[in-house]
Amino acid sequence: MKFIQEYQNPEQVHRLAREIADVVSEPMSFMEVCGTHAHAVARYGLHELFPEQLGLISGPGCPVCVTPPEVIDAAVRLAQEGVWVAAFGDMMKVPGSQGTLSGVKAQGGQVRIVYSPMQSVEWAQENPGEQIVFMGVGFETTVPSVAVSIGEAKQLGLRNFSVLVAHRLIPPAMEVLVDQPDVQIDGFLCPGHVSAIIGSKPYQPLADGGIPCVVAGFEPLDILQGVYVLARMRQEGKARVANQYKRVVRREGNPVALAKIKEVFEVTDCRWRGLGVMPDSGLRLREEYEDFDAEKRFELDLLPVAEPPGCECGAILRGAKHPTDCGLFGSACRPDHPIGPCMVSSEGACAAVYRYERVEGD
Amino acid sequence: MSESKGIDGDMINKPEFITLSHGAGGLLSQQLIAQEFAPLLARAGQPLNDAAVITLGGVRVAFSTDSFTVSPLFFPGGDIGSLAVHGTVNDVAMMGGEPRFLSLAIVVEEGFPTADLHRLVQSVAEAAKRCGVDVVTGDTKVVERGAVDGLFINTTGLGVVYEQADIDPARVGLGDAVLINGTIADHGVAVMCAREELDVGGEIRSDSAPVADIVGKLIEVLGDRVHALRDPTRGGLAATLNEIAGQADVMIRLDESTLPMKPQVVGVCEILGLNPLQVACEGKFLAFVDGAAADNALAIMKSVTNGEQAAIIGEVTAVGSAQVQMRTALGTTRLVEMPPGELLPRIC
Repeated sequence: MKFIQEYQNPEQVHRLAREIADVVSEPMSFMEVCGTHAHAVARYGLHELFPEQLGLISGPGCPVCVTPPEVIDAAVRLAQEGVWVAAFGDMMKVPGSQGTLSGVKAQGGQVRIVYSPMQSVEWAQENPGEQIVFMGVGFETTVPSVAVSIGEAKQLGLRNFSVLVAHRLIPPAMEVLVDQPDVQIDGFLCPGHVSAIIGSKPYQPLADGGIPCVVAGFEPLDILQGVYVLARMRQEGKARVANQYKRVVRREGNPVALAKIKEVFEVTDCRWRGLGVMPDSGLRLREEYEDFDAEKRFELDLLPVAEPPGCECGAILRGAKHPTDCGLFGSACRPDHPIGPCMVSSEGACAAVYRYERVEGD
Repeated sequence: MSESKGIDGDMINKPEFITLSHGAGGLLSQQLIAQEFAPLLARAGQPLNDAAVITLGGVRVAFSTDSFTVSPLFFPGGDIGSLAVHGTVNDVAMMGGEPRFLSLAIVVEEGFPTADLHRLVQSVAEAAKRCGVDVVTGDTKVVERGAVDGLFINTTGLGVVYEQADIDPARVGLGDAVLINGTIADHGVAVMCAREELDVGGEIRSDSAPVADIVGKLIEVLGDRVHALRDPTRGGLAATLNEIAGQADVMIRLDESTLPMKPQVVGVCEILGLNPLQVACEGKFLAFVDGAAADNALAIMKSVTNGEQAAIIGEVTAVGSAQVQMRTALGTTRLVEMPPGELLPRIC
C-alpha cells in the first residue's frame, strides 16, 4: 500500500491543485467517464481543490447503471422460475421494473453473489441438475474473465451454464456523448481500468475530432494530473491522447485479453439505460458460443420497459444533469431505498454525491 | 406497500419482506427496530444502547443479548464460540458494566460434526475464562438439516455497572474527543477473505477480543468524564458514529490520517470496493471522553492489552446538527454516511 500512498501525498496534491488553478483561465468542463473516478473525486473531496471555473461531470461509466431495466427484469424472472442466477455484488439491489435480485433472493430464489464469473461455472459443475445463469454485466474490464469462463464451460461441455450478456463498450458511447447538443464536454478523463484492456489507442478518433483525452488512474494525484493535462491541452488549443496511467495502461492494451474477447464475442448495437440505442456499443456471443446465450436458451423477450417516473438517471448518465438536480435525490431515492440505478451501485454518480458530499457547515 | 414513519422522521416504504440488509447494522436495521420492535416493546424514553441498564436490589446491572451467525464458523483469529463470548461481554462493558455471567444457547443443524461442536464449546470456555465471566445457564436445540447454517449461538450477559460510571450517549457534547483502541475493519475483512477464499498474500486475522479490561481501567481513572462507549460491530465505525451523532445531536469530525488501519486490510478494501469505515470490528470500541481528558484516556488505553494501538481519531465539533464528517488526508472534508445495508463487493 506504500505504492498507493505515493499517489495520495498531500503536499503534491495541493501543489498540483494550485497549478490547475493557474491553467484554468476560462470555464472548462471535463467528463470523467468512469464511475470509479466519480467515486474517488467524491471520496477524497477533490471538488474542494478545483477552481470554480472547472466543472467535472460524471459520465455513463457505471456498468450497473447503464444496464437496461429489462435485463434486470429478465434475471429476476429467471430466478423466480427456479433458475439459479449468479451476479456481481453491485447488481443485487438495482431495481428493474419488477423488483431486485436481492428481493427475489429473500423470497427463496437461488441468487448468488460471485467475485469472478468462473465461480458460476464451478457452481454449474457442482449442480448438474440445475440451470445456472451468470449476469454478464460490465465494460471491457470485466469481459475477458467472462469470455474465459464461457470458453471453460464449452470445454467442459456444460449444458447447464449460460450468460445473460449485457456487456457494454466505452469508446462508442464517448463518440455519442460528445455530439450531444445540451452537454458541453471539453475533454475526457478516460477510464483507467477499461484502458488497461483496450489501451489508449481507441480514444484517438476523439482526439482527432478535437477532444482532449487523458487516461488516468484512480488515486488523487492520478486524477489531478489527468485534469491538469486536459486543462493544459484546452489552454493550448491542442487535442491528443495522453496516458497518465502508464504504470497500468499500454497504448495497445492487453492483447491476450483482447484476443479472448474477440474469440467469444462480436460487436453489436446496444441499448443503454438512459442513453438509448448506440451503434456498436455492446457485445453478443458469436455463433460458435450461442449455446451459452441465456437469452436464446430461455427465449427471453428483452423489450424496453419504462423508467420510474421522476428518475433522472438517464440525464445524469449522459452528463446533462447533476444528481442534486433530480427531484427524487436524497428524499424518495436514497441508498436504502433506491429508485434509479445511479443511487445503488458503488460506481453510481448519485451514490457518490449522497455518500460523501452532503457536508453541512459547523 | 404501505407507508410508515421512518426513524429519521420522513416517509419511507415499509418492506414487504425481510432482506439481508435489515440485519447489517445500518439504516435498514434501525428502520426495522423503529417500525417493528420499538413501538411494541421499548419502554418510553429508553435509549437503544448496546446493553440495558436496570436496577436490581439497588444495584445497577448492565444486561445484553446477542445472536451470532458467521460463515465460516472458524476463521483466522477466532471462531463463532469465542466471538459469541467477546461480543456480549463487550456489549455489557459498553454501558460501564463489569461482565460477570453469561448464558449460552446453541441451535445446531443435524449432521453437524461433534468434533467441531467440541472445539467450539472449548473455545467458549477459554474465552469466558479470559474474560472472567461464568457461563451459568444454557440450552441446546437441534434442528433439521438446512434449518440453520451449521450452528447459531445466542449469549446473554450480565454485569455490575461500575459505581463511578455515567455512560449515556446523550452526555456526548462539544469538545469531546473520540478514541478507538486499535485498528479498524479487521474482523469483517478477515471473515470475507476466509469465506470467499481470497488469497491476499498474508493472513488477515479477526480482531475478536474482549475490551472490558480497558473499559474498566478508563472508568476507574476518568470516572464520569467517560461520556459514551460503543463497539463498532456490524456497520462499522460509520454506523456507530452516526448512531451516537443522532442520539446526542452532535456533529462528529474524524481525522482520516489518525485512523489506525493495517495495510493489508486497506488493500483488500481497495480491491473489493469496501469502505473500511463500514466494515465490522469485533475487538474494538469507541470512547467519547471529555476533551480535556483525551490525552490521559489515550495513555490509559495504550497501557492495557488490546489497546496498544489506540488513537484519538476525532472530536465533537458542533451541537444541534447530527452529522459525521471526515477530514481526509488531503485536508478536504467529506461525509461519513450511515451504511444503508449489507456490504456488496463491486464489479471492477
